[in-house]
Amino acid sequence: MIEVQSLCKSFKVSKRKAGIGAAIGSFFNPQYRTVEALKNISFTIGEGEIVGYIGPNGAGKSTTIKVMSGILVPDSGRCNIQEITPWKNRINHVKNIGVVFGQRSQLWWDLPVLDSFNLLKDIYKVPEKEYQNNLDLLTATLDLSDIMTTPVRQLSLGQRMRCEIAASLLHSPKILFLDEPTIGLDAISKIAVRNFIKTINKEKKVTVILTTHDMNDIDTLAERIILIGKGQILLDGALTELKRKFATHKTITVDYSELYSDINIEGIRILSQENQRLSLSVPLDRFNVSEVIGQLSQQMEIMDVSVENRPIEEIIVDLYKEHQL
Amino acid sequence: MKPYISLFKMRVLKGLQYKTAAIAGILTQFFWGIMYIMIFEAFYSSTTNPQPISLVELAQVVWLQQSFLVFIMLWFRDNELITQITSGQIAYELCRPMNLYSFWYAKLIAQRLSAAMLRCLPILLVASLLPEPYRFSLPPDLITFLLFIVTLFLGLLLIVSISMMIYISIFYTMSGTGSLLIFGVFGEFFAGMLIPVPLMPDALRRVVYLLPFRYASDLPFRIYAGNIGTREAIISIGVQILWLSVLVLIGRMWIKNALRRVVIQGG
Repeated sequence: MIEVQSLCKSFKVSKRKAGIGAAIGSFFNPQYRTVEALKNISFTIGEGEIVGYIGPNGAGKSTTIKVMSGILVPDSGRCNIQEITPWKNRINHVKNIGVVFGQRSQLWWDLPVLDSFNLLKDIYKVPEKEYQNNLDLLTATLDLSDIMTTPVRQLSLGQRMRCEIAASLLHSPKILFLDEPTIGLDAISKIAVRNFIKTINKEKKVTVILTTHDMNDIDTLAERIILIGKGQILLDGALTELKRKFATHKTITVDYSELYSDINIEGIRILSQENQRLSLSVPLDRFNVSEVIGQLSQQMEIMDVSVENRPIEEIIVDLYKEHQL
Repeated sequence: MKPYISLFKMRVLKGLQYKTAAIAGILTQFFWGIMYIMIFEAFYSSTTNPQPISLVELAQVVWLQQSFLVFIMLWFRDNELITQITSGQIAYELCRPMNLYSFWYAKLIAQRLSAAMLRCLPILLVASLLPEPYRFSLPPDLITFLLFIVTLFLGLLLIVSISMMIYISIFYTMSGTGSLLIFGVFGEFFAGMLIPVPLMPDALRRVVYLLPFRYASDLPFRIYAGNIGTREAIISIGVQILWLSVLVLIGRMWIKNALRRVVIQGG
């Protein structure tokens, strides 16, 4: 469905030091450096997939989304989305896709949300019946009924973002690009947005590509992740596989009332011990979690135990480190 | 065509939101109109030579200039469009299955039209109650009025196609200030907004007739005042259409080129 092959894009970025002297200097002799935003990016995405596209700031995530949505022309490489090269046939391409740029707004600032929606309906030439169906579904699942008639400038960020997402789906696109859809949202709105993305993926088979810095988004939504850094793809695979590869430790946290002897198990690292609470990092290749708990119970009076997987944030930080980003 | 009509409607709706701006505009333009006519009155009373346009005709031109100011001024800009380009907000416009040139064209016409709708009638109404030679009066006959409407409308299209050039240039310069200033000042002068075209020296007038600017304001207003005859008016409509096609063609080619090398600013 989406085929990207050896995509390259570089930008000319002007550089100059701070200060008046440098500003005057650059007036006569502007200096540029070339930033390679995308270096040989290739991947294939099938129908109905949800792909998390992650990477640190400036890795090239947004650039890739822009190329795929046909608004940026790459220097070289091929991109084939439903048999169309986005930047060569922009108008036909964008009919099939929905895009949300989390940091921008597509709604008319001074007018009620519904006006913007009606305009989009006419722009995309959505048939009346289909539009009504979509609108009903979106209003219900994104909980928009109360805010439809409010001018956009009076909406909160979370409300606006839900409207933005709805706006990009009014024309029933088969592919949805989400560039940081949960940026700046509170926990409740984030969950609403996530649930919604899941629903449309399941019910309408919409292919979703999302970039985010919120690892919970990835955790709840994406089955597959593509990690990009400095314009190159570093990793492309299933999220579970990634977890298996990197989640080599579990964290055991114990609350105790009495300690019989000092805890010292060879090969287990103590993360913290204070106020009658002990945190241990257990390597799974050498230890079994229940054995460790058994051993601990002989050395202390245990009040409470919790076992946690390594949070995905840490895995990603490790990944970044491994690739020296 | 429907998307453009809806877009047009939206922009008109948005424009109608700014009522206070309209009232302020009306008062300013009214003041300017009276001031201009006073200046010309002083000028006419100090000369004994017959001038190519009478003071009464000139008063009509001045009032029309003032009431349709937003129709004909190049500096009347859509800040939203400019920030769209410089901030990268244009990303969303490019995600729409529409030709960007036509999309913006519809928006810009709607912007000018909605602004003019609120302003022109009150000014003309009050001006028609003033004593001579300040009074604004009806055109000499129906044909003149029809020619005025046609040329005014074509002039609006013409002005928008010129201002499109300003917006496209922002893709390259990243700031609208320069182009707006240059186009604004030259456009205003060559449109006869500062010195009425009939009062210009011959050589200058020939230049003015070659450029597109006067065909948006000077032409329709002088037709209304009865200073331009039917024959000349019809020929001028041809010139308007010619300029319009040339400018739209260049604009479309230029925007195509600009989009190929456009950098969507910001992350």
